[in-house]
Amino acid sequence: MDTAEREKKFQEKIDSGLKVEAKEWMPENYRKQLTRMISQHAHSEIVGMLPEGNWITRAPSLRRKAVLLAKVQDEAGHGLYLYSAAETLGIDRKTMIDQLLSGRAKYSSIFNYPTLSWADIGAIGWLVDGAAIVNQTMLARGSYGPYSRAMVRICKEESFHNRQGYEIMYHLANGTPEQKAMAQDALNRWWWPSIQMLGPSDAQSKNSEETMRWKIKVESNDTVRQRFIDRTVPQAHAAGLTIPDPDLKFNEETGHWEIGEIEWTEFYRVIKGHGPCNRKRLKARQEAEREGRWVREAAAAYAAKQRARAVQAA
Amino acid sequence: MTEKEARFEYLIRLGDNALILGQRLGEWCGHAHQLESDIALTNIALDNVGQARNLLTEAGKVEGKGRSEDDLAFFRTENEFRNNLLTEQENGNFAQTITRQYLFDVFQFHLYSGLCSSTDDFLKGFAEKSVKEVTYHRKLSGDWMVRLGDGTEESHDKMQEALDILWPFTGELFEKTEADEILIASGAVPDLEEIKKIWIEETSAKIEEATLTIPDTMGYMARGSRDGHHTEYMGYILAEMQALPRSMPDATW
Ligand SMILES: [Fe+2]
Ligand SMILES: [Fe+2]
Repeated sequence: MDTAEREKKFQEKIDSGLKVEAKEWMPENYRKQLTRMISQHAHSEIVGMLPEGNWITRAPSLRRKAVLLAKVQDEAGHGLYLYSAAETLGIDRKTMIDQLLSGRAKYSSIFNYPTLSWADIGAIGWLVDGAAIVNQTMLARGSYGPYSRAMVRICKEESFHNRQGYEIMYHLANGTPEQKAMAQDALNRWWWPSIQMLGPSDAQSKNSEETMRWKIKVESNDTVRQRFIDRTVPQAHAAGLTIPDPDLKFNEETGHWEIGEIEWTEFYRVIKGHGPCNRKRLKARQEAEREGRWVREAAAAYAAKQRARAVQAA
Repeated sequence: MTEKEARFEYLIRLGDNALILGQRLGEWCGHAHQLESDIALTNIALDNVGQARNLLTEAGKVEGKGRSEDDLAFFRTENEFRNNLLTEQENGNFAQTITRQYLFDVFQFHLYSGLCSSTDDFLKGFAEKSVKEVTYHRKLSGDWMVRLGDGTEESHDKMQEALDILWPFTGELFEKTEADEILIASGAVPDLEEIKKIWIEETSAKIEEATLTIPDTMGYMARGSRDGHHTEYMGYILAEMQALPRSMPDATW
């Protein structure tokens, strides 16, 4: 079978709604795109632990502390699970982490924003996990089996995070005046980055035709974004919070919430490395890697000694 | 001291140990040398915070002044905390965190095992549930003790240094107060002298297996937590942990 024929068969399989599995033939570009996407997703889970981890020691009640610890632990688990999913495509975890640490691989730009108050922990759960769920529910319908299954499993936990986050915000928004101000301030700072988190607008988005044809994504960024907006705006209102967008309005005809202009210049600036925390986040990961070198070496050395001892004993 | 006061002190002691250790481990989140260790440390932190919640809630009930777990965690001063000095020591590098963890895990494991036959219903139920968690912690930290102690020269040196720093804080784990005497008499808690024997035996064997040496401190052992006297670290831990609720005392979270 030549490549053209293989690609045709591959496309037919995808069109019929079947999942592609790790061992099967796939176009090189399909493999490349998915590897990039899954590893970026894994990196996002890991880097995302940092802004939230920033509040574990300062959570204002023991219940909140426990819930936050569990959430950040879940995110580490997601990272682990996603690195494994990417490994099915023939890349190893070490290579992916090297790419992250050297700045060649991206992670979700939203984690380059700081968590300045406790309300930011609510805002992340509500908005960032909320946006992630809408996106990942779409990705769960994608064609690559291991990634699609990872999304199904991860989404269940993200829903829990999303509810917890909203509950924090709702509670603050209905608390003392200071707490309410804290919640509104967090929403003001996290709203637009969350909107942008779902990717460039369809007009600007590159190579989406192939991505859609191969069902790497099954819906466009703008479609997913609109779904996120429609579910989130009423939640803000229910909590008594104001979406920081003077142009926001409900379109009676379409039944959708319409937002104002998105500031894409800021989005691209942060992606290019010039957000409030880009350097801090990367430095934290690089330090963990550097500080951990002797631990990994020791573990390897001990394992080697054990093997040698086993041989000697036999 | 009444039996009620003794129970309160004991619950606070157990609860503060779990809370402060959980707090320390929480600092690691996102910074460990590999994801698996990040998850493991967070898991131990989570178990300890969970235990602290149960213990402090019960302490508040025993006290009978309407204080909740959060009142006790966030609105007591340093002097009122009864956690052992070992739990508040800084994380340092991974060697130091693991050594602190191991020395404490073995203690916590045998203490909880003893509490499983307590005549106090709460302590018995609590210990039966929590000893399962601690069994896993002790296995994890014990394995790392050996792996790092008997790993490379560098890891060995780091572990020995950690042990040298932390060993002097192990003495007061076994110090008894009037509360102990009262509760031992009613069969509510095990005798720390007994726990000490098992602890010494178990940790010594593990330290030897890890090719490490127990430091000679010329008889010196740090003490103070039973009277609410802590190390310099404690003030910073509480400043960080308590700042938000204390800045808004009328708020609920
Ligand atoms: Fe996640
Ligand atoms: Fe999440």
